[in-house]
Amino acid sequence: MALSGIQIYKLLPQTNCKECSFPTCLAFAMKLAAKQVELGACPYVSDESKKQLAESAAPPIRLVALKSNGTEVKAGNEVCLFRHEKTFYNKPGLFIRVKASDPDLAQKVATADAYKVNYVGMDFSIDGFAVLADADLGTAIKTIRTATKRPLILMGDPASLQPGLLACSGETPLLYAADASNADAMADLAKTHKAALIVKADSPDALAELTQKIQAKGVEDLVLDASATSLSAALTRNTQLRRLALKNMRALGYPIIAFPCDAKDEGIAAAQAIAKYAGFVVLSEFKPELLYPLLVLRENIYTDPQKPIQVQPGIYEINAPKPESPVLVTTNFSITYFAVANEVEGSGLPAWLVVTDAEGMSVLTAWAAGKFDAERIAKAIKGFNVADKVSKKRIILPGHVAVLSGEVEEELPGWEVRVGPREAVDLPAFMKQVLN
Amino acid sequence: MPIDIPKDKWPGSIRAITIGATSAEGGTRAKSITVGGQTTLPYLHFEAPTPNQPVIAIEIKSRKPEDWSPLLLETWGEAMNDSAQWAKKAEEAGAGLLVLALTVEDSVEDAVKAVKSVLAASGLPLIVWGPGQAEKDNELLVPIAEATKGEKLVLGICEDKNYRTIVATAMANGHLVQARTPMDVNLSKQLNILISDMGMPKDRILMDPTTGALGYGIEYGYSVMERLRLAALQGDAMTQFPMIVTPGFEAWKTKESKVGEGVPESWGDWKARAINWETLTAMALIESGADVVVLRHPESVKRVKDAIGELVIA
Repeated sequence: MALSGIQIYKLLPQTNCKECSFPTCLAFAMKLAAKQVELGACPYVSDESKKQLAESAAPPIRLVALKSNGTEVKAGNEVCLFRHEKTFYNKPGLFIRVKASDPDLAQKVATADAYKVNYVGMDFSIDGFAVLADADLGTAIKTIRTATKRPLILMGDPASLQPGLLACSGETPLLYAADASNADAMADLAKTHKAALIVKADSPDALAELTQKIQAKGVEDLVLDASATSLSAALTRNTQLRRLALKNMRALGYPIIAFPCDAKDEGIAAAQAIAKYAGFVVLSEFKPELLYPLLVLRENIYTDPQKPIQVQPGIYEINAPKPESPVLVTTNFSITYFAVANEVEGSGLPAWLVVTDAEGMSVLTAWAAGKFDAERIAKAIKGFNVADKVSKKRIILPGHVAVLSGEVEEELPGWEVRVGPREAVDLPAFMKQVLN
Repeated sequence: MPIDIPKDKWPGSIRAITIGATSAEGGTRAKSITVGGQTTLPYLHFEAPTPNQPVIAIEIKSRKPEDWSPLLLETWGEAMNDSAQWAKKAEEAGAGLLVLALTVEDSVEDAVKAVKSVLAASGLPLIVWGPGQAEKDNELLVPIAEATKGEKLVLGICEDKNYRTIVATAMANGHLVQARTPMDVNLSKQLNILISDMGMPKDRILMDPTTGALGYGIEYGYSVMERLRLAALQGDAMTQFPMIVTPGFEAWKTKESKVGEGVPESWGDWKARAINWETLTAMALIESGADVVVLRHPESVKRVKDAIGELVIA
C-alpha cells in the first residue's frame, strides 16, 4: 500500500537539513507521497527506512516482462479488482501453444505470427508462443526463431528446458513450471538464464510458500498458476489471488497465467481469464474465429473507463456512397459512432457519415457540454470538404439536437438541414422513407 | 503458510424473483423459474452459495424475422414460420425461458393468438416483448396481459418514456415487468423507483441495464452491471433486482455475426466466429452479474448452458 505523507515523514530523519532542496522533511515527505521527487534526494535517510519506503512504493502486483529480440509482453502492475475503480493496465498476453515435436512447427508458428486483425483502427496480433518440450527444445527454438520474434513460454521439466534456454539466450522467456517437487532446480535454471518462472500449486497457501522459497534464491519475476480445472475454480482462485495481492500479500503479488487450452470450452475459459485477472493466456492453437473475439474482448475490458475509445473525426464512407447519397452527422464517441455506422451499414443504404470532434462525448452529452453545436458541425462540414464529395448539399442532424437546425443553416449557407431520428436504430427506416 | 482468504460480507442481497406460474400457482406452466437471491458477487462460492442459476432465454418472434442472419434462419428453419413450433424447438435446444418478440405488423388478435399458441406449445415460463414502439407496445401488451392473467409472464420492455401502461396491466394481471435503461446505474435506479412508486411489488421487476456486444460497447454494460450488483450488495434497495440482458440481440446485429461475405479473412470461419461472438458476449455478462441472458443460436445456448453448469458448482 502506498504510504501517506505523514507516514513517510515518520521514516525520514526529521532534521529539516534542507539538502533535498525542500524547506522541511515534512514538505519533502509530501512530495514523495505525491511521487514528485525521488527518495535519493535525501542523503541521510536510513537503510531501514529506505527498505520500507521501497516496499510501500512497489506496485502490489509485480510487473513481469517477457522479452525476445526487440519485443516484449508485460503483465502485472494492476491496482484494482473492478475496472470501473480505476482501469486495468497491462492486457493479458495471448500465447499459442505449439509442440517441439511438431513436424510443421515452422509453418504453424509463421502463420500465427503473421496474424493481424483490425478493430476500430487498431491492429491486433498474438503475443507469443508456448512451446511444449516433447522433443529437443533447442532444435525446436532454432526452428521457431526462423518464424517469429515474439516472446516464448517454455514448458517442460528442468532437464528438457535447459537446451531451450541455451537456444534463446539473451531473451527473457517464461518457464513452466516450478512446483513443490522441482522448485529448487527450476529456480536455479531461471536464475542462471535470467528467465521468468511460473509457480504452480493448487492453493494460495502452497503458492505463497513456493514463491517465498524461490524468491529467496534470487528469482524475482514469478507468475502464478493456480491449477484450476473448472471455470468456477479458476474464478474463485484468481479472485482470491488478486484480492490478496491488492491487500499487499507480497508472496502472491505476481501476475497469473491461465491455460484455457486445457479447458472444456476454450473460448469461454479464455474470456473468463481475460475478464478475471489473468496476465498471460495460453491457447491450444491458432484459430482466427476465436482469436479475433478474444482480442476484441481484451481491448474492451482493458479500455480505461475514464478515457473511452474515441473515433477519429472525419468523413466516413458507408456502403460505397455516391455524390447523391445522404450526409449524416454524429459525434466521435465510439459507441455513438458504432451505433450509427452499424445501423446504416446493416441497412445496406449508402451514406456519408460526418463524425465531428465532440471530445469523445455522445450526442446529448456533447450538446449539453457545448461540444456539439452549430459552429462545430459547420467546421466539420467545411473542414472535411464535404461539399466536394456530394452533389446534394443536405445534412441530417441527430434528432436529439433538432434545436440546432436553425443555427446550422445560418452557419452553412446553401445547405439544407434535416432532422433525423433520435436513435440510430431508426435511421434505416428514416433513410428509406423520408429521404427518398 | 496458512493464509486468511479475505471474504466480503455484504449487508444487502438480490431479490429472488419467480417467473411463470404452475397450475398450483394459478397458471399453466410446467414449472416456474426463480432467479436472483445472491448474497455476494457472482459465483464466489467461498463466500456464499449461488442460490439460483442464471437462466438462458431463447428469443423467438411472432413472425419470421427476414432480417436475421442467414445462420439463424438456417438453424431454426421452417419452425420460424410458426411461433408454436419455434417455441418447441427452443425448448428442445435447452432454453430455460422463452422470449416471444412481437412485431409492428401484428394485430391485437395475432399477438394474443401467438402468445397463447406459445403457451400451449411449451411449458416454459414466458417473456413477451412488444415491438418496441410505445403505442404499439401498449396496444398489444394490455390485451395479452389480460388474456394470460395469472401466468406470471414478464412483459416488456418498460423504458422511461413508456412504462406506465405496461406496469399497470402487469400489476392488474399478476405479471412481471422488464425495466430497461441505457447503460447507466442512476437511470436504472430511477426507473425502478418510478415503477415501484406505481405500486408494483418489488418481487415482480427484472432490470435490464442494456448491454453492447463484444466490440460494440460491452465494456460499458459490463461495468454498469458490476456497479449495479455492488450497489445492491451494499444495500441499495432500488438496485436489488435480478438482471436480464440481451447478448443475442446485440451480438447478432454486429457485422461479425451477421454476415459471412465481404469481411476480412482475419475474422476466421463465419459460423464459428458468430457463435463465439454471442457466446463470449453472454459469458462476460454472466460473470458480471446477469441472471437472465436472452440468446438466439442453439449452439451458443449449449455452450453457455454447459459453462453455467461449471460455474455454479462450488
